[in-house]
Amino acid sequence: MANDVVNLTIDGMPVSVPPGTLLIEAAKQAGVLVPHYCYHPGLPVAGLCRMCLVQVEKAPKLQIACATPVAEGMVVDTQSEQAKSARMGVLELLLINHPLDCPICDQAGECELQDFTFQEGRPATRYSPDYAKRFNPVEDFGPDVLYVPNRCILCTRCVRFMEDVTKEPVLNVSERGDRAYIGIHPEARLDHPWAGNVVDLCPVGSLLSKDFLHKARAWELDKTASVCTGCSQGCNVTLDTRDNVVVRVRPRPNLDVNRYFICDHGRLNYRWMNRGDRIEAPLVKRAGAELQAVDWDEALARAATVLRGAGGRTVALASPKLSTEALFLTRELFAGLDWTGAVQIVMGEEAPLAGVPNLALRPERAPNGTAAQLLGYSRDYAAALKAAESAAVVLVLDEPEVTIRTAGALIYLGTVLPDGARDAEVVLPIANVAEEEGSFVNRDGRVQRYFQAKPAPGMARPAWWVLAELLTALGRGESLAGPDAAFDRLARSVGAFAGLSYASIGALGKPVNTAVPATA
Amino acid sequence: MGYPHKPHAKETKVLSKYFGDPEARTYKGWVKRGGYEAWRQAQTLAPAAITDLVKESGLRGRGGAGFPTGLKWSFMPKDKKKPHYLCVNADESEPGTFKDREIMRWTPHALLEGTAIAMRAIQAEVAYVYIRGEFTEPYAIMAQALAEATAAGAFGDLKIHLHRGAGAYICGEETALMNSIEGKRGNPRIKPPFPAAFGVFGMPTTINNVETLAAVPPILTNGPAWYKKMSLSNPKSTGTKLFSVCGHVQKPGNYELTMGFPLKDLLFELCGGMRPGRTLKACIPGGSSVPILDRAETEACLLDYEGAVERGTMLGSGGVIVFDDSADMVYQIMRLARFYAHESCAQCTQCREGTAWTTKILERILAGQGKATDLDLLLDLSENMTGKTICVLSDSCAAPVVSGIKKFRGEFEDYIAGKRKPVLVA
Repeated sequence: MANDVVNLTIDGMPVSVPPGTLLIEAAKQAGVLVPHYCYHPGLPVAGLCRMCLVQVEKAPKLQIACATPVAEGMVVDTQSEQAKSARMGVLELLLINHPLDCPICDQAGECELQDFTFQEGRPATRYSPDYAKRFNPVEDFGPDVLYVPNRCILCTRCVRFMEDVTKEPVLNVSERGDRAYIGIHPEARLDHPWAGNVVDLCPVGSLLSKDFLHKARAWELDKTASVCTGCSQGCNVTLDTRDNVVVRVRPRPNLDVNRYFICDHGRLNYRWMNRGDRIEAPLVKRAGAELQAVDWDEALARAATVLRGAGGRTVALASPKLSTEALFLTRELFAGLDWTGAVQIVMGEEAPLAGVPNLALRPERAPNGTAAQLLGYSRDYAAALKAAESAAVVLVLDEPEVTIRTAGALIYLGTVLPDGARDAEVVLPIANVAEEEGSFVNRDGRVQRYFQAKPAPGMARPAWWVLAELLTALGRGESLAGPDAAFDRLARSVGAFAGLSYASIGALGKPVNTAVPATA
Repeated sequence: MGYPHKPHAKETKVLSKYFGDPEARTYKGWVKRGGYEAWRQAQTLAPAAITDLVKESGLRGRGGAGFPTGLKWSFMPKDKKKPHYLCVNADESEPGTFKDREIMRWTPHALLEGTAIAMRAIQAEVAYVYIRGEFTEPYAIMAQALAEATAAGAFGDLKIHLHRGAGAYICGEETALMNSIEGKRGNPRIKPPFPAAFGVFGMPTTINNVETLAAVPPILTNGPAWYKKMSLSNPKSTGTKLFSVCGHVQKPGNYELTMGFPLKDLLFELCGGMRPGRTLKACIPGGSSVPILDRAETEACLLDYEGAVERGTMLGSGGVIVFDDSADMVYQIMRLARFYAHESCAQCTQCREGTAWTTKILERILAGQGKATDLDLLLDLSENMTGKTICVLSDSCAAPVVSGIKKFRGEFEDYIAGKRKPVLVA
């Protein structure tokens, strides 16, 4: 008898969904966003803001779409006079104690209270201006979270997140009636490694990120889909840029990787993307002189000369933040040579999100260690450094901390120029993760794409372009038109990526075949 | 603390038979008065048979909603796969209601016996008696009675726990009560799931009012037909009910009446009528949460579930609040609204903000600063607060406001028009 779909009608649109689906989710399939505050797909249902009241045929009262499961033949009207008037009533009540300080509120422009009030609220309140509004002072909840109780609509998303998702219930609803506010345990701070999510979950400007405080207005931000570089989990994120500066990182929902959340480490670890001390032009070493800026043709020709003359051992020291494409093309560069490739992965403490299986800030604080491994890079960095001492050519890819001692020639591809690379024969400026397109492979073997959020400085180019041009200069392949071509070349030659194309990865990623042995 | 009034000839003493008799509080005294006979009988019956007897008697929940008790018991799973619980709602907080308090003060064993019988009927092994925090004396008496009965082995393996509330009106709402027992904040839960499927600690649970359970032993000993026959008006309302009368009457107190008894007779005969020189103005017959009746409606109202509905109100908990012509209805309604604003659990927007706003408007009207549009605003606000929230606290605030404005609009308008001396409310 168990049917695998339930058919119903929402605002005149027929919809078929699996049994047990909540009306509010089914409505999305009909293209209807039922206004709501307390409901969030990543949290347990609370059903208390009463905003998502809709009319269901034959039901004696309006029903809340967030807690009503679909039923066969149900006829739902989200726009009936009764439902609209009930929601208008809720909006009016939510605003009577709200300060309406949108001009100085960080949430303005991405505020659900603002949006739904514009959409279906009353044009003017009937609340007398004589009445004082509820006032409570701003509270410092934790390292990155401020609580502005006056703006709070008590949807309890933050309380439920801490209770059910982090399993560290430090927030509650204190007091009763219209005196209620979000309280914090008197001896606790909101310093859970994932606590920053309460800021994203807050539908209004009540929970604010100190890091983002008054940094930008929501409508000034450009949003770019990306992947977090903070660890090997590969959480999907959105980079918010204002005038080509990354000002905020927020989670991008991906039910297979990070659901709706990111950890604070990933959230706050973006300032390096905005570094000002970048290499802006290719540099080459002239005899007896310092490095000198040259054009790409000269720099590439010089690098090609160095590589062509390489007799003996070669070493590549690569950053695990490089794209899969760059790691692959680097390996191509040394094809046929005595080659050692290594990545250095910084380790840290693991910080799991208790309420979500297989989601944690991972000890491996790098996004692409898995791709490096699949492509035959070793993790024995110390051995690679030792090998570099006697190598003929050493290629360093964006490892600013590294100090290289080598008897051979050093080629450095990087975003910034460390002192340790000043002896390089050639320095080639590359784009960082926010400035290029590419892909990472996370710890579970999922290849995920990130997109370009801002332009690279000066003459810096994506690493895949630089490496492909170098290969061309060596007479081994053609120029690549884009990261898609780089990935497709990778997919053709590396077994783990067989069958995948750049386009097919999409915005949410695809699993690679990690069972295929690494090809060195 | 003697029981205040002598039985009136028109009362039907079933529950209140031993009110004022201190000996009835002791286990031995209760047994001497025929107590625990019903429990002994119940132990010989199958659970379903007990439920059937109660169903047949027509007993309905005395907490306010009037839901048929036997039917409620029958919702519990028959094939027992999980522990079953009984919660006894002794969190009597409805303004104007003080009947459960007297049952616990004078006949604690009647409640305990009814509890044991209900536990058998719903196959529960544990019961929680959730006693209002302010009820220190009834709690002490209940604790004593429970200790005595337990020492005498009256309940066998059944475990009955007393649990004290901490002073929240909302904890009398059955799902909030369960949350409170679990040690959580007393917030009502969204339904479904209903308690019979997912109750206290997530297990099948039945919640019954004190008076409901106290009525169960006499039903078993005297038979359902006896109980069913006690009905003066509508056959769907059977048995006796305690009415707590307070306010402007000569003899306030608890009166036990057969269902269908005229409210007018209760007020003017049993309670001795109004104070000298005063006339009846209004009455709230079922605790503060039900619509107010004006004089004509009061005099025509019959005290049973259907009789109250016929007059546009509800029987509720049977807390009868009486107002004579000296009462300022605007003030009285403001006090009720203020109570609900204070007690709102703060979950639903309509209730959290609506009850407080309603209070502010009423205070403004009383202060002589009301606006002509305020009454329509109050009515519209009340409409918004009715039938849209998790529990009925919001509706309860709206009910007296709507009925008050409807029936005593002139008093409101006088304040707004400046014809009445403003009342400054603290």
